[in-house]
Amino acid sequence: MLIAPKYKPLIFLSLLLLVWGAVAIFAPGSNSAKKAQFIAFTAAGSTSVQPIVEMLAQEYMAAHRNIRINVQGGGSSSGVKAAQTGTAELGMASRELKESEKGLWEFILAYDGIAVVVHPTNTVSDLSLEQIEKIFSGEISNWSQVGGPDAAINVINREAGSGTRSAFEEIVLNGKNFVEDAIIQGSTGSVKTSVAMDPNAIGYVSLASLDDLVKTLLIDQVAATNDNISNKTYPIARPFILMAKAKPTGAVAEFLAWLESDEATQILIEEGLVPVK
Amino acid sequence: MNRQRHEVLAKTMLQTTAFFSIAAVLLIIVFVFCEGLPALREVGLLSFVFGGIWQPMQGQFGIWPMLVGSVYLTLGAILIGVPFGVGCAILLAEFAPQKLVRIIRPAVELLAGIPSVIYGFFGLMILVPLLRELFGGTGFSLLAGSLILGIMILPTVMTVSEDAIRAVPKSYKMASLALGATHWQTVYKVILPAAKSGIIAAVVLGMGRAIGETMAVIMITGNVPIVPDSILAPIRTLTGNIAIEMGYAAGLHQQALFATGIILFMLIFVLTGLANLVRWKGAKH
Repeated sequence: MLIAPKYKPLIFLSLLLLVWGAVAIFAPGSNSAKKAQFIAFTAAGSTSVQPIVEMLAQEYMAAHRNIRINVQGGGSSSGVKAAQTGTAELGMASRELKESEKGLWEFILAYDGIAVVVHPTNTVSDLSLEQIEKIFSGEISNWSQVGGPDAAINVINREAGSGTRSAFEEIVLNGKNFVEDAIIQGSTGSVKTSVAMDPNAIGYVSLASLDDLVKTLLIDQVAATNDNISNKTYPIARPFILMAKAKPTGAVAEFLAWLESDEATQILIEEGLVPVK
Repeated sequence: MNRQRHEVLAKTMLQTTAFFSIAAVLLIIVFVFCEGLPALREVGLLSFVFGGIWQPMQGQFGIWPMLVGSVYLTLGAILIGVPFGVGCAILLAEFAPQKLVRIIRPAVELLAGIPSVIYGFFGLMILVPLLRELFGGTGFSLLAGSLILGIMILPTVMTVSEDAIRAVPKSYKMASLALGATHWQTVYKVILPAAKSGIIAAVVLGMGRAIGETMAVIMITGNVPIVPDSILAPIRTLTGNIAIEMGYAAGLHQQALFATGIILFMLIFVLTGLANLVRWKGAKH
């Protein structure tokens, strides 16, 4: 072979490593031999709540090896149904429950708040929820219509499927469609950059990602702060609710108790949510 | 005997690597088609490709605006990148003194090494605001995308064209000069026609790069799924459609994004096929 002899041990070593790696991957783990007793339960519902509960469940399961939590999507309404029928131990919803859906045991996980942002030099600093609805549905298209300078409003929207977008649509648009020719950005960061670069832009981002790059608008004279969201005076917010048929006991109750711990709260905050307390 | 064994070993190893590259391509194609075909069946090929409305949350899956967006953007990039790229190539191969070549070539080749997200960032921070100042509107536009992509395909177009020009036999040039033609006349009438098929290959490679580019494009084109009515209007490309919505898509929406990938595959097949046809016809004359 064309390989210098001094490299031969090296090649042998790397082959050995390869084999060892293959064995490590494909061989059954030694700890699966002792079959542990698993306690499993399911959380199902809102696809906005799903990722955050998944994350929390993973963290919880890492510390509690005998617990298996299955997290499924399906939407808020199917989460309510799953809790009512008991097909899932926990239902998840990203909205207040309707009158017809009451009667379930509810646990508010956190609040999800959305801030409406403009360029720092924009003279407009307060809009009503109705004005925002009209701006994002295209009925108002000039800043002069809401007390600003005579300039076209450049609406920045999120992509279809984004949780922030669907929440904003649900709370603000009242069944109307977003203005069609709004610029679409694929992440909170790029919405912020786009707004920060354009004096006539307006966009929306989750509360946790706010900074000085953009100016946050007051909505009906209420500032977008954690306090105003948890006391429900800031309008563009929604609760993330877990529910069950009856007050949970056992493993589910322990998990719910852990959700109020500092560790879980930290995860909620990192994900841009407003904790309840 | 030992030598022979090594020969066989080397051959087998090389065959294995070749097999893996082919397997990777096939796997990707099979995967994309498997994931995307259900959506094509559900929506219908014609209403998927020619449908003008993309509202996945309302179950409307029409990618015509993105198809048009991708084609326009690629044409725009070619329109900007090719004249500059071929111009550079002619300069380097025919006119520039060695010293200049040693500066220009690495400089342009350096462009190829810049990650596309940097191009996108540059476009977002400099070009988009500039276009907004100059022409009004949002600045996110077909024009912004074309300018940035034009610069991105420059190195590909330049290096391949330069090779093509250098490959033209010296005797052609000498004969032309001996007949009394000037240097530029020789380049224009003799060398460029002789290098035509190589230059078309350069354009095809540039086109491939332009149509597949994603990151820079989603940062500066605005991603609006509407057929653009001017070069200042925002557009969304096929690649952009996939990249921007993949994060949260589920169910039929996700399948529709894979189906977008299938259409992108086909578009690339058609475009490279067309380009090869032109090249083949050109080579025959």
